[in-house]
Order: sequence, then structure tokens, then C-alpha cells
Amino acid sequence: MKTILFVIACLAWGGCERPKHETSTTVANLPQEEGQASVQDDESQHDLVKIAANSADHTTLVAALRAAEYLDVLANAGPFTVFAPTNAAFAKLPAGTLEMLTNPENKEQLRTLLEYHVYVGVLTETMIRDGMVINMVSLDNATLAKKDSKITINGAAVLGSARGSNGIVYIIDSVLLLPEKSNLKFPL
Amino acid sequence: MRTPLAVLIALLAVTVFQMCKPQAPTLISGTDAAIKAYVPPGKYDEFYNFVSGGFSGQMTVYGLPSGRLFRVIPVFSEDPTTGYGYSEETKAMLNTSHGYVPWDDLHHPAISTTRGEHDGRWVFGNANNTPRVARIDLKTFRTAEILELPNSGGNHSSPFITENTEYVVAGTRFSVPIGDKTDVPISSFKENFKGYISFISVDPKDGKMNIAFQLKTPGVSFDLSRAGKGPSHGWFFFSCYNTEQAYTLLEVNASQKDKDFIMAVNWKKAEEYIAAGKGEKVKARYARNRYDETTHTATSEILTEVLQLDPAQLKDIIFFIPCPKSPHGCDTDPTGEYIVGSGKLAALIPVFSFTKIQQAIANKEFEGEFAGIPVIKYEAALHGEVKKPGLGPLHTEFDDRGNAYTSFFVSSEIVKWNVKTLEVLDRVPTYYSIGHLCVPGGPTRKPHGKYVIAYNKITKDRYLPTGPELTQSAQIYDITGDKMKLILDFPTIGEPHYAEAIPASIIMPQSVKIFKLEENKHPYAALGEGQAKVERKGNQVHVYMTAIRSHLTPDNIEGVKLGDDVYFHVTNLEQDWDVPHGFAIKGANNAELLIMPGETATLKWKPLNIGVFPFYCTDFCSALHQEMQGYIRVSPAGSAVPLKYSTGKIEDAAIDASR
Repeated sequence: MKTILFVIACLAWGGCERPKHETSTTVANLPQEEGQASVQDDESQHDLVKIAANSADHTTLVAALRAAEYLDVLANAGPFTVFAPTNAAFAKLPAGTLEMLTNPENKEQLRTLLEYHVYVGVLTETMIRDGMVINMVSLDNATLAKKDSKITINGAAVLGSARGSNGIVYIIDSVLLLPEKSNLKFPL
Repeated sequence: MRTPLAVLIALLAVTVFQMCKPQAPTLISGTDAAIKAYVPPGKYDEFYNFVSGGFSGQMTVYGLPSGRLFRVIPVFSEDPTTGYGYSEETKAMLNTSHGYVPWDDLHHPAISTTRGEHDGRWVFGNANNTPRVARIDLKTFRTAEILELPNSGGNHSSPFITENTEYVVAGTRFSVPIGDKTDVPISSFKENFKGYISFISVDPKDGKMNIAFQLKTPGVSFDLSRAGKGPSHGWFFFSCYNTEQAYTLLEVNASQKDKDFIMAVNWKKAEEYIAAGKGEKVKARYARNRYDETTHTATSEILTEVLQLDPAQLKDIIFFIPCPKSPHGCDTDPTGEYIVGSGKLAALIPVFSFTKIQQAIANKEFEGEFAGIPVIKYEAALHGEVKKPGLGPLHTEFDDRGNAYTSFFVSSEIVKWNVKTLEVLDRVPTYYSIGHLCVPGGPTRKPHGKYVIAYNKITKDRYLPTGPELTQSAQIYDITGDKMKLILDFPTIGEPHYAEAIPASIIMPQSVKIFKLEENKHPYAALGEGQAKVERKGNQVHVYMTAIRSHLTPDNIEGVKLGDDVYFHVTNLEQDWDVPHGFAIKGANNAELLIMPGETATLKWKPLNIGVFPFYCTDFCSALHQEMQGYIRVSPAGSAVPLKYSTGKIEDAAIDASR
């Protein structure tokens, strides 16, 4: 499936006439738009968007970020801590959830869900304490746990982390669901 | 294959398809953009734009809508180009209680107002590092006064002004230990660190500044502020962060609370307490530097006392209002009814109502106290929230149609919304990472809602690259229609933070063209070539020099000895607009002078070698500018060469080599 996505993207790209700049090989699956996510730069440390874009395990997340027009935000100076669910994590959602979220009508809800995965500030692993509550960009709280150096957020396990130029990304095994009091309009 | 991924593939395909549409000038936002920003050669711009230079320490003046740079006004950083901070007359401008400080970081200009409207008399600026406020005279575009602020750790929340420029405020970004107890552990923050807000009075006649009083406030960080206007005149609103009172890794430790505060200050109440003798005079040490336009000379004095009020004891001066997530901007709308807080880590904008704040205070709708100060209930003060406007709101300006324009750093955009209905009306991207923004007259009661200008922190691929260090930029958007339209972007000097813009018609008529020679009271002025002379006072040699097209008088000087300090007091005798003269001498460990018509300026030179040293006019003044030059001879210490000086005296036939 990942391969199919990638192939479609590449084919489509190849067919477009570039308005400017050559496509960088490292961000081949990012759109050529005008925004910080599209800045051509192969010298600098990768930002969080490029890290996600280069991960075969995060194609769903990147597609969702694009659908929510959130790539440029996460390519900004930040600093961010992003909790990045894997493709498998998205696949665990109840059937139909992603269709609903990626329906253009529900763009705001998708954004809110994604914003619940972003914290403004860099939380390194050493800074994370067991029971630490952080207020996410969506304005909802999330709870971190750290036991025997294993980190979870709202129960989702952190599988690994990567440091980017504008923050840190923690790979997680489940999508973080918004607390019930959140104003997200439909059940997840 | 009815799986979520199928949907995503479809979605991606659509995105990609759209990408293939012709993209030509997508960002040039319509064909009329160039016309809208175009000011033909010889024509004037409609607005002056006063832009902070950030870490350049200076203020820059651009025209709008052309984006043409007119002037860099030296304020807090020395400027070898004009001699500011190098000439004997201007060194005092940069004096502080720490001695001479050659650099600072200017973030916010504030143009003086009368009845809440720009009057164009002065523009104030803040020094963020060594806390000071400067006043620039808009008749001469020169820094006229710099006042240091005692008990401040960093003057960020400044220099915002009240409706009639009664006061310029200065709130500290860093709380610091003060008074007799300053050598304390940093970890004793909660006990020993205090924040102070200074209210600087401005003499309505001549603009002279004085610290009227300081408010002793809890140890938090003050970020930005705005005065009330109209119905809220008499009040001032300050955003605060670090109410956690963290003293390390604020990145995490000052971002813990969901809400920090907007601090509302009833400064009329403070005035009442002062009139009733409730203020306390406290010892302090701070410099006040003033530039006198008749002597063309700055003087610095050290002041030793400041009047303070303690709002924890004197009730009803200050109130806190909770505001989400480390508020940055704190802006009052043109009606004075609405106060917009911008939690920089949040994705919403709370808007507070002055009427509701007053009701909440009257009804004591408090949720508790913070450091002895009442905290008004959030909902009781709230007009409403702009939901999900973007990420990282920083600053808000207003037009004259009831709309607000908020900058969003993280999501790199300007969002237009209606102040009353809180409805988001439009959004435009900025390239990239906008900080402040400016609508001409935007902070006043009478905005000129024609443009909004974005001041961006990051430009990455927007201009031809210049190595690792790139320019910051400004971008002008036309806001006369329903949709904001980008019409121009241009690079800026230093890092632009806040900026204000004012109609050119207010400033232009008052602009000074020359300084009148008959008003020149400089003690070393030579008001005609007949007054040019050289005097020795011990080891000081004073050259009373004149400059006029196209010679310097005197242009031959002898009798200077090693060990002397030579002072070139150069008076520009021209009385003609735009004819400055310059002065520089070979090997001087100093800058040049630029001397305006009718002005006197002094360059100090300590010769370190014997010989004959050329000097010349550095500002191209006439067809014979290149001939405007001279020599000064330096002899060994103890030499018998007599002091003599001349211009146009030819005596080579009679020369005696031994002399």
C-alpha cells in the first residue's frame, strides 16, 4: 500500500511542469507549493516534516497533515514536539474514521486531531517525567508516563524518537484520541 | 479496497492534480499588485513607516506603499556613518549607569498621540537589553533624549503610550532582585525578584521625559502592553508570562500553566495615590541624556531617586485577568472597548471587554489572588474567543471598519477577523514566520485601513541567497477589499519587530531643512570663516574649523605635538537644504563626522605618529568636493614648531626647512 501511494505521488509529480526550483530527492513526496515545507534545502538538518516524509511508516500521517494543510506549520521554526502515529496506528482506528476525517468538510476536525499530537516546545526524553501533563496545541491536555525509561502518552507507547532541526518527534503506536470534553464534533 | 488509505490515495491524487494547474504568478496575487505598490520616480509615498531595527539598535524609515528606505536613525547603537556615539557631542547619548553602552536592541516604535490619534511630534523606542526609552524628534529625525530605567531587567514591554502621550510605559521582561538585596541566589526568585513598571511622563511642550512613578509588581515577565483609549483611557493593559516564576529553562517551565495574565492598570488611580502622598521615594541610579538642538550637544545626568507605589498595599491600581498560554500581544481596539490577548502557544484569541472588566471589578467577580493582587474571573472579563484562528497568535492591529488583523508566527499567516462578531473573515500566508504587523494608524483611535504590513523573521528562499545570514523582510498587503492581497515584499535593516505608520502629510510640513547659524550656541562653533582658529589649552588643541563649498578653514595646521589631543570642531556654514559636509582624518581611531547645515560637530583625534596627516570632506558636496581637503602636521613632543593655521596662504618661497 505504501508503495502504491509513493508511486502515484511520483508519477503525478513527474507529469507536472515545475513552476520553480528542482524537486529535491529527499522530499520527493512533498508538494511543490509556496510555504516553508517546500523550501529546497538539502544541506540543513531535516525538519520534522522532512523526517516524517522520509519515513515509510508515516505516509498516512503525512497525507493527513497535507489534507489538513498543516505541513507548512510544522516546517516553521517551532520549536515542536510531535507525537507521530505510525501507519499501523492509523490502521487501528475504527473503520471509516479516516474517511470521515479526510473528508474536506471535516478539515477543522482533522486539524484538531492533529493539533492534539503537537506541543509547542522541545521535550527531550530526559525532560519527560512520569505523570507529566502537557497542554497540546489543540488546547487539550495529554499525560505522559515514564516507567523504566519507557515513555507513553495517554497510554500510547513511544516506539522511538528523532531529533529534527525544529524539534523532536516521538513515534507512537496509537493515534491520540481527544478527551471527551473536547469540541471535536463526532465520536472517535 | 475500502480502507482509509484508499481515501488518502484519492485525496493525494486530487492534491497532486491541483498542483498541475498553471502556477505562474500565484503569489503575486493579481495583476494590479505592482501598480498598487508603485510610486513613480519623483512622487511621494503616502505614509512614513517607522520600523524597529531590532538588534541593529536603530530605527528605520521607509515609505509606504513603495517600501523605499529613506533613513536609518541612530538610536541605541553607535553609528560611525554619522558619527553618532563617536563625536564629542553625541557620546553622552549612550551613557548609562553602567557607563557608555555602544549597542542595544530596539523592538518597538511608538508615535506620539493627541486624543488618541498620531500627532507626529515624536517617535519613542525601547532598549530591550540595557533598559532605556528613547525619544526621536520627528522634525529632525534625530534622537533627542534617552532615559534609563532603574529596577528593570530588560525593557521589552515598552514604549507604549497613553492617549495624549501623558505617559510612556516601560515594563520589565526580566524580574530582578532590587534595592539593597541584589546579591542573592537565583533560586530565591519567588522571594527576592520583583517586576517593575515605569510610567514616564512626557512634557507636552517639549517632550522631555521623567519617570513619574514605578509600580512594584509581582516577579513575572511583562511582554507587551497597550493603553486604553476613549472609554478605557486611564487604564493600561500589560501581557505577562512566566507567572510560574521560573528562573531556568523557561521554554518548559514558564509554559506549564494553561493561563497566564493580562494585567490591567488603573493609572488614574495611581495618580490619586500619588496626590495623596502615598508614593515612596526610593534610591535609584539611572542616566538621562538629552540632546540640545541649539548647542548641538548632548548632556548626561545621573538621577538618584524614583517614586514607587506598591499595588499589593494600595488597592485598586492593578488587577489580573487570566489569558491562555503565555500571552504576547495585548492590543486595544480603536473604540477602546476590546482588549485582544494573544497566547503565543495557543490556537485561539481571547478578546476581553473593558465594560465587563469594570463590572467584574465592581461586583468583585474574582477567582482569587496572585501575589496579593485580585484575579478577575476569565469568563467575567471575556467578550469572546476567536476559535481556531491559526497557531501562535502574536500581535493584533486594527482597521477603521471594525476588523482586526492578527499575526501568527507558527502558522505564518495574517488572519483578519471581526472584533465584535469574532468571525474569521480572511487569511493570507506570509513568507515566512511573521512577528509583528502594522496597519497605518493601527494602534490609534483612527486607523487608516489601507495596508497591513507583515514583518517576517525568516526569508529562506524568498530572495537571492547571501550565505548563511539572510535578510528579514516586510510584506505589504492591500486590505481595502474583502480579501487581503500581497502587493510587495522588501528586505529590512536589522530585525524588524514592531512598526508604526503615519500619513506623510503630518510629518512632511514640519521637517527641518537646515539648522540656523544664528541659533547655533555650540561653545566651539566658528560662525564664519573669520572665527576659525586653533587654540592650545595644555595638551589639548582645539581647532575651530568651518566647512563651506569647497574648502575647510583652516586647511593647513602646524604645531601639534605627540601627546596632544586634537579636537576638530567643525561648523558647516552652509544654510542650504541637503548640503551636509563630512570630516575625516587619516589614521583616526574614530569615525567620521557628518555635519548638517548650520551644525557644529567635534571629532577627537589623538595622533600616534609624527608626520603630515591629510583630512578631507567625506560628503560629496560640490563639483570641487574632491578639492575640499587639508593637512595637519604632527611634530615630536617638545618640538619648537609654533602653532599656526591658515587657509589659502601660500608661503612656500619663504619656507625654512628647519621649521
